Amino acid sequence: MGWQKKVLRVDLTAGTCTAEPLNMEWADRYLGQRGLATKYFVEEVDPRVDPLSPENKLIFATGPLTGTPASTGARYSVITKGALTGAIACSNSGGYFGAELKFAGWDMIIFEGRAEQPVYLLVIDDEARLLPAGELWGKGTWETEKALHERHQEPQLRISSIGRAGENLVRYACVVNDLHRAAGRSGVGAVMGSKNLKAIAVHGTKGTQVADPERFFQVVGEKKRILAENAVTGQGLPTYGTQVLMNIINELGALPTRNARDVQFESADKVSGEAMHEPRGSEGKPNLVRNQACFGCTIACGRIARIDKQHYTVINKPEYWGASGGLEYENAWSMGPDCGVDDLDAMTYANFICNEHGIDPISFGATLAAAMELYEIGAITDEQTGGLPLRFGSAEALTTMVEAVANGEGFGKDLGLGSKLLCEKYGHPDLSMSVKGQEFPAYDPRGIQGMGLTYATSNRGACHLRSYTVSSEVLGIPEKTDPHTTEGKPALVKAFQDVTAAVDSSGLCLFSTFAWSLEDIQPQIDAACEGDWSLDKLMEMGERIWNLERRFNLAAGIDGSQDRLPKRLVSEPAPTGPAKGMVNRLDEMLPEYYSLRGWTPEGVPTPETLERLEL
Amino acid sequence: MYRSLTLDPEKCTGCLQCEMACSWEYEGHFNPAHSRIKIFAFHQEGRFVPYTCTQCADAWCKNACPVEAIQINAETGAKEVVENLCVGCKVCTIACPFGTVNYDHARGKVMKCDLCGGDPACARACPTGAITFVDGDWPGYEKMRQWAERTDNLASAQ
Amino acid sequence: MKHVIVGAGPAGVLAAETIRSLDKHADIVLVGGEPEPAYSRMAIPYLLAGQIAEEGTWLRHAPDHFDRLGIARRAARVTALRPTDRSVTLDGGTEISYDRLLIASGSVPVDPPVPGLDLPGVHHCWTLADARGIMELARPGARVVLMGAGFIGCIIMEALVARKVRLTVVEAEDRMVPRMMDQTAGGLIKRWCVEQGIEVRTSTRISSVQKSGEGLHLECEPGPSLQADLVVVATGVRPATDFLADSGIGLGKGILVDAHQRSTIEGVFAAGDVCEGVDWDGGHGIHAIQPVAVETGRVAAHNMVGREVAYGGAMDMNVLDTLGLIASSYGRWQGVPDGDTAALLDESAYRYVKLQFQGDRLIGAITLGLTDHIGALRGLIESRRSLGEWKSRLLADPARFMEAWLATLGK
Repeated sequence: MGWQKKVLRVDLTAGTCTAEPLNMEWADRYLGQRGLATKYFVEEVDPRVDPLSPENKLIFATGPLTGTPASTGARYSVITKGALTGAIACSNSGGYFGAELKFAGWDMIIFEGRAEQPVYLLVIDDEARLLPAGELWGKGTWETEKALHERHQEPQLRISSIGRAGENLVRYACVVNDLHRAAGRSGVGAVMGSKNLKAIAVHGTKGTQVADPERFFQVVGEKKRILAENAVTGQGLPTYGTQVLMNIINELGALPTRNARDVQFESADKVSGEAMHEPRGSEGKPNLVRNQACFGCTIACGRIARIDKQHYTVINKPEYWGASGGLEYENAWSMGPDCGVDDLDAMTYANFICNEHGIDPISFGATLAAAMELYEIGAITDEQTGGLPLRFGSAEALTTMVEAVANGEGFGKDLGLGSKLLCEKYGHPDLSMSVKGQEFPAYDPRGIQGMGLTYATSNRGACHLRSYTVSSEVLGIPEKTDPHTTEGKPALVKAFQDVTAAVDSSGLCLFSTFAWSLEDIQPQIDAACEGDWSLDKLMEMGERIWNLERRFNLAAGIDGSQDRLPKRLVSEPAPTGPAKGMVNRLDEMLPEYYSLRGWTPEGVPTPETLERLEL
Repeated sequence: MYRSLTLDPEKCTGCLQCEMACSWEYEGHFNPAHSRIKIFAFHQEGRFVPYTCTQCADAWCKNACPVEAIQINAETGAKEVVENLCVGCKVCTIACPFGTVNYDHARGKVMKCDLCGGDPACARACPTGAITFVDGDWPGYEKMRQWAERTDNLASAQ
Repeated sequence: MKHVIVGAGPAGVLAAETIRSLDKHADIVLVGGEPEPAYSRMAIPYLLAGQIAEEGTWLRHAPDHFDRLGIARRAARVTALRPTDRSVTLDGGTEISYDRLLIASGSVPVDPPVPGLDLPGVHHCWTLADARGIMELARPGARVVLMGAGFIGCIIMEALVARKVRLTVVEAEDRMVPRMMDQTAGGLIKRWCVEQGIEVRTSTRISSVQKSGEGLHLECEPGPSLQADLVVVATGVRPATDFLADSGIGLGKGILVDAHQRSTIEGVFAAGDVCEGVDWDGGHGIHAIQPVAVETGRVAAHNMVGREVAYGGAMDMNVLDTLGLIASSYGRWQGVPDGDTAALLDESAYRYVKLQFQGDRLIGAITLGLTDHIGALRGLIESRRSLGEWKSRLLADPARFMEAWLATLGK
């Protein structure tokens, strides 16, 4: 058990919902969520399809530990061909939605085709129906959730939806559930919008089971204690959230600032996790209200924040006076240092709008940062921006443009393209801080070498969550490595990538791995699931998933030539800080990485590798 | 003095481990929809409120039951549903002014917190100390009881 | 001190037990009019459905329950009250004296003025004896006409369906459960029944019942007429006060009582269905429902032993299960002229919630298809709490009543 062994297939073109048994042969090789849904996806979708066409599919998938008492067992992933990247996309979210889908008796939902008119999917246990969403179209995710709760008189409905950004096909639109949790990256929300699918609302009363309850409780209890006693998961994350990193990474000289022209931000302390605790403004209350857990999570790193009522962004907008999802580190970075902005409440407001309208704040902030640089060099002028100076450091530019992106108005349309297309459009493709079309997040690879290889080889475009070598290179988890050397990094990146693929397929949160190794996770999977889930099997599965994703990308035309970093990172030395004078030395790492992967020098898995992994 | 559940919203992060533990205890699977303890979210305030039966002295549910299917456990003081006596008439669900007795459609019986016979699973599962099982009365319950007294006017005479 | 309690239903039994808990030495006599152990009419539908045996309807299950408490049981009907003698007369002529008397004689079914309701094959559904009669005739395939789609009618429908009878429901008013549900909810309940294969004829009167061969012939207005093997009359109840006609006790529709459940005669109290007492919101009325029965029984018992306790007032509250569709109503669910109303309706899902407000207080509610936490509606209404900002939130989404309850708790 662990699985519900049931898949819901929704044909949006035909308007049908069909239950089918979960392919248990695949489940035994891909576990769930990221791995299993990717297997379904690559088996069913031509890699060359246009991501926004009806031929693309969109899968919402849980893992076997989703909706169980295993700590952090909240996760679900959205798998599709990404609108931002054209590569395999797998965006992971927490909150309550994934567990609710399990409680309703489903492991995953596969959407195919395209609805003629806007629809939403209502799932109450076994019963799934497509219903007209005309009245919801144009609404944000917050209003959508509220309207669906009212319409169905069910406060327990858990909802995953897109906002205006997804409807407007913003390339980095995300899917938002439970008001402020998001399957954030690669434009999975734009794919959902292209299918005229506004929302999925789920309520489940069937519950979940595990294969060996006695062993499960014992091991899950033991592992929860590890999380509680660990300094990061027991104290750092609950207190500061991921924002605990802002000052640390800045001091390390690895905080990309002003579109990565700099690697340190002079006002980092003003936008840090610590700053969120400081009393401020008219009320003398801090930005942070409290921490919040996702379903089943005993870490509770989520930030609940409130904007000062007197702040310019909300002074006449009482609808934004309440508490909502606050700044996580990556969002704080993209909309703060990367744009040179140090106004915590302005950033919080932009974050609220990103949640409300389903915008990936990383890509939005990084795209705005690129636009700011284009503006400063004169490639973009007031003519394009409608008279708004897009200067680094302008909070007004940030909060005005986030609304423009959400609404698809004015220069917001250009920003909605993502930095790659934007910079190409305005003649400076090298100013896009992206890999495979996706903007990299809050770690500058000049100061943390392993992250360069991480970004370059990530199957979904630049991303920190595919191999978070920051753990090792900065935090010393599981062991400390020197962030300035490239030695050993290919093996480190490969190992992290494979482990992460396994964790992402289980239903657990990657953040648990600040305290847990795969050795801690494996017995939880093994007790919950039928079959024998050894450490070796999980590691091999992780590698298999990685290669499966890679093969999809190769077939989609994304080959080794795209395992490249933005020119700035490999040619412009870090101007300040401990990494001063350094660039990222990707070239030193990539060949070794390919070789460790069992790939050709061009980055293609060899037949032997495919055979070894039974692909 | 009986021990009682102490519920502290200030400490609750909304993880719902308690709901899973409760449903496991009673139903043998993880199913918040069948939990006797519920976490209510107040998103605007960023607040989570754990809530379940207070085992109130007035026992509105017990008094309203027409077939003696809610009885007091002498050891724990809990008001317990006696399943084989409950006919599923649901009168207790409307009589309890705290809204803590619910009807279970599948079984055709009502369900409420019975303190797990003296070792509540929710308190054991709570990672933050928002739910604890302690000696004596908790002031939060006292507030509810005071209100109950005002309405019923009986407690003052007891 | 000798306490005599007339009526062995929930009000009488709880009163007797409460008196005992308050006074170890009192003499307590509990007089029940039916030759049965103390039982609950609420449980009869489940007996009819075959879900429980007769024992399952008993109010108390320990065989020595009343003996152990020193409560003397008498099975007899009371035929008269003699306040001057401080005594009651039983149907055999026996007199029982009292120091304190509680009248908890409950209700009796009301028959509409239709000829033929005394024929064999026509039954009320009120007592255990009625239930036995119905069970004998409600065999698989039997044609059964349910006269009246009120609370009792609806709640026994499932039992009749479980007995595989062919059921027709005839209701004189324009909707089902008219005294508990509004047009919308009553209409949905009707549609629900019809979808489950039951013929429901609202705005229809049965004008006569006649013998016809082995069965019964029912003339209906409007037609067509009906044939039946069993007619169940469930057209309402009224307080059982016939025996009090010459007692001089103050009667309205029921026995008039004050907030202490005292009647107009010194030493005589009344509780349960039979009394007409104070309402939660200052009015006056009869509330033939289980929670009010037990609460007034307790209040009466306290005052009978000399502990002055005032009742907070009775409120209508009902929960109804019609073939699995669960409905509830509370308080002034009809609303008041200067009040506000909030409602959410999802007809396809049989879900409905409607709240009635006066000022910033909740005064009534109807729910359909909703069972979780509905007791909080009672809490919100009866505590008369100011809703403050939650009023506007409930106006927008009345399904959030539980949050409103929690948010205003302790305020």
